[in-house]
Amino acid sequence: MNTKKRLDPIALRADFPVLAREVHGQPLAYLDNAASSQKPRAVIEVLEEFYRAHYANIHRGVHTLSEEATAAYEEARDKVAAFIHAPHRNGVIFTRNTTEAINLVAYAWGRTHVGSGDRIVVTEMEHHSNLVPWQLLAREVGAELAHVSVTDEGRLDLESLDQLLQGRVKLVAFTHVSNVLGTVNPAQEIIARAHAAGARVLVDAAQSVPHLPVDAEALDCDFLAFSGHKMCGPTGIGVLYGRPELLEEMPPFLTGGGMIGRVGQAEATWADLPWKFEAGTPAIAEAVGLGAAVDYLSAVGMEPVWAHEQELVTYALERLAEMPGVHVIGSPAGKRCGVVAFTVQSIHPHDLAQALDWEGVAIRAGFHCAQPLHKRLGLEATARASFYLYNTREEIDRLVEGIQKAQGWF
Amino acid sequence: MEDFYREHILDHYRHPRNQGTLEDADISCEQDNPVCGDVVRLDVRLSEGRVSEVRFSGRGCVISMASASMLTEEILDKTVEELRALQDEDVFEMLGITLGPVRAKCGLLPLRVLQGGLARLGET
Repeated sequence: MNTKKRLDPIALRADFPVLAREVHGQPLAYLDNAASSQKPRAVIEVLEEFYRAHYANIHRGVHTLSEEATAAYEEARDKVAAFIHAPHRNGVIFTRNTTEAINLVAYAWGRTHVGSGDRIVVTEMEHHSNLVPWQLLAREVGAELAHVSVTDEGRLDLESLDQLLQGRVKLVAFTHVSNVLGTVNPAQEIIARAHAAGARVLVDAAQSVPHLPVDAEALDCDFLAFSGHKMCGPTGIGVLYGRPELLEEMPPFLTGGGMIGRVGQAEATWADLPWKFEAGTPAIAEAVGLGAAVDYLSAVGMEPVWAHEQELVTYALERLAEMPGVHVIGSPAGKRCGVVAFTVQSIHPHDLAQALDWEGVAIRAGFHCAQPLHKRLGLEATARASFYLYNTREEIDRLVEGIQKAQGWF
Repeated sequence: MEDFYREHILDHYRHPRNQGTLEDADISCEQDNPVCGDVVRLDVRLSEGRVSEVRFSGRGCVISMASASMLTEEILDKTVEELRALQDEDVFEMLGITLGPVRAKCGLLPLRVLQGGLARLGET
């Protein structure tokens, strides 16, 4: 353990310009990373440099700028493929975000592979983005949508998964890491069981790829979706990884320019993978920026990122457990990411977040796009602190002090 | 923080005016804020075209509850036409603080509930 590379959050903080700013006269403690992460200078500068020196549309122009832009865009794809250990670069599709990636699968794969009487399995801990597309698909084709139960400790009940897998299950779509509970689900186990039952599997990796090493090949999933903005990259760029053989037989999702082979007056053929799923001018600079984010995270190392967040979340859970009136959602035991949702007695999460903002501490308040999970756990809105590689124990102390101050105030 | 949670806002939160429900109200409406699940219900009794009695109930943050409490005082004795004329700005003025786009939804929830009730009143 001692031989493992550790990250130095103080040194890393210098890479993130926004962390130097003050909020209401206090240094910013940014603890809303599950919503979105801040950007290192390396990413900001690559975006600027790309627009300053290399920008043009891609894949078409036979001129220097277009060739440079195309090379940079495709190089970003290679970086992303390597980062998630995607077996084939052709399976790495650039989308706008996780939501669009999941919708791509729901439309292009779902509407050709899921029919009346089939079952789609999700879980009770899904973000709305991995729930609503399947609700619509199920309604449209007459399929059944079933939910793997969540235990009171905030873990998936794998027995309920096994029960649901006995039937005409076409797809299991689940979140790798819960954006509310921080629970790291046993992805490999779930995927193996789903495959044994003949189902395809989509992993919502929006909260995992930014925070822990993810190996798409080892997971053996069919689809994996995540967003650039939660992993130090720009907004407007996300990724769908899909097995190329599945993507190959799927019809396109969005259609138009860029994704075609030959076009006649009445019909068209599709471009090869991955471009078949990248209709229209894509988010070129943002993809290049995501490539820079991947470089940045790779240089730090995802094992050290994971280890650092483990330290932080352990410390945060200890501190919050000591506080009267503070209730942490989910069990502190078991594998969990740096996400802590909690409530404070007689202080509404909105008011708590507002009070903490006055102290320069940024957290999230509400349902965190997971209303069914809150309902399952019998919760109204919650407050959520979520950590990343640049957060420190001192910031958790400030969170605790801010909560104490709010308890005195309200 | 005193600038935001001003004394009159906290006062309405801690000592809500006109809290409760009314049987057989002329206007009854309930809505929630899907971002956080806050719920506000308004019951309004009309007498000769004016608000003669009003109650609010629900649960939520300081801003949504204080706004609901203030709104009940604001609309008492007003005519239906005057209720229909209420604007978002009237609520902000009533609260006396500047709300960002997210908190504005908290502050405006009670007015939205009233507007929802008024819309249904028009249908009957």
